Amino acid sequence: MRIKCPLCGDRDSREFTPMGHETYMNRPDDEGWSPAWDNYLHLRDNPAGVTRELWYHGAGCTSWLRVERDTVTHDILRVELASDAKRGNA
Amino acid sequence: MVKLLAKSPVEGLVPLEINGLTLTESGLGPVTSVAPYAGQEAAASGALKALIGAEMPSPNRSTGREGARVIWTGAGQAMVVGADVDASLAQHAALTDQSDAWVTFRLQGQGVEDVLARLTPLDLNPGVFKTGHAARSQLGHMNAVFLKVAADAFEIMIFRSMARTAVHEFEIAMKAVAARAALS
Repeated sequence: MRIKCPLCGDRDSREFTPMGHETYMNRPDDEGWSPAWDNYLHLRDNPAGVTRELWYHGAGCTSWLRVERDTVTHDILRVELASDAKRGNA
Repeated sequence: MVKLLAKSPVEGLVPLEINGLTLTESGLGPVTSVAPYAGQEAAASGALKALIGAEMPSPNRSTGREGARVIWTGAGQAMVVGADVDASLAQHAALTDQSDAWVTFRLQGQGVEDVLARLTPLDLNPGVFKTGHAARSQLGHMNAVFLKVAADAFEIMIFRSMARTAVHEFEIAMKAVAARAALS
């Protein structure tokens, strides 16, 4: 599997570390306990198909990436810097 | 007062010469990490250009020349090697002296890409990775910075603490390439 890093270009998967679903980009606003935190920390779908995840390019530019990929075909559909994606969401 | 002797991280390990390929230590002099503050990228680049004659490189590139080079080393960061960086740049960028944190190798000779191909997943095909190009990737299991300095030469920066392992990896790869060449 190869991931096209927006900064480094097309790179081998051994340079990357997966963190998990993009839910981790959207930390709940409240500081107390709430169902939103339960969801943020623990509740995940397990889709057979397209999903978005956070990957860390630790052996390259050290950027966090948001990777859209298909868990069935292993196609990488879209890669962007998590910082850009976050700004886009705000 | 105790006088400490400076010692190369690869003392006694290099130079190596195997089948026309040479591995040497490249004494780069000072190494300074430059990480421009948010919104200060252009100002930092301009100030650096005024100081050492080379601007901040774009991703996967380097600027300047031997003795005053700036190498892209990651998101929002570059290393200035060979020249001191004046403290005035600190108003635009975070500066860190990393001179003693790195060992820099120079691997040179015909077919240098064949040796590196055994050690890194980077595409170093001459049509893709050209002189002046730089990349962060892995050498074996070690993080490394690769810089192509000539048609047949690369400089590879490795953390100093891993110098011996790096020489070992280079030597095995150089011997393997030489052995394969002897077969054909």
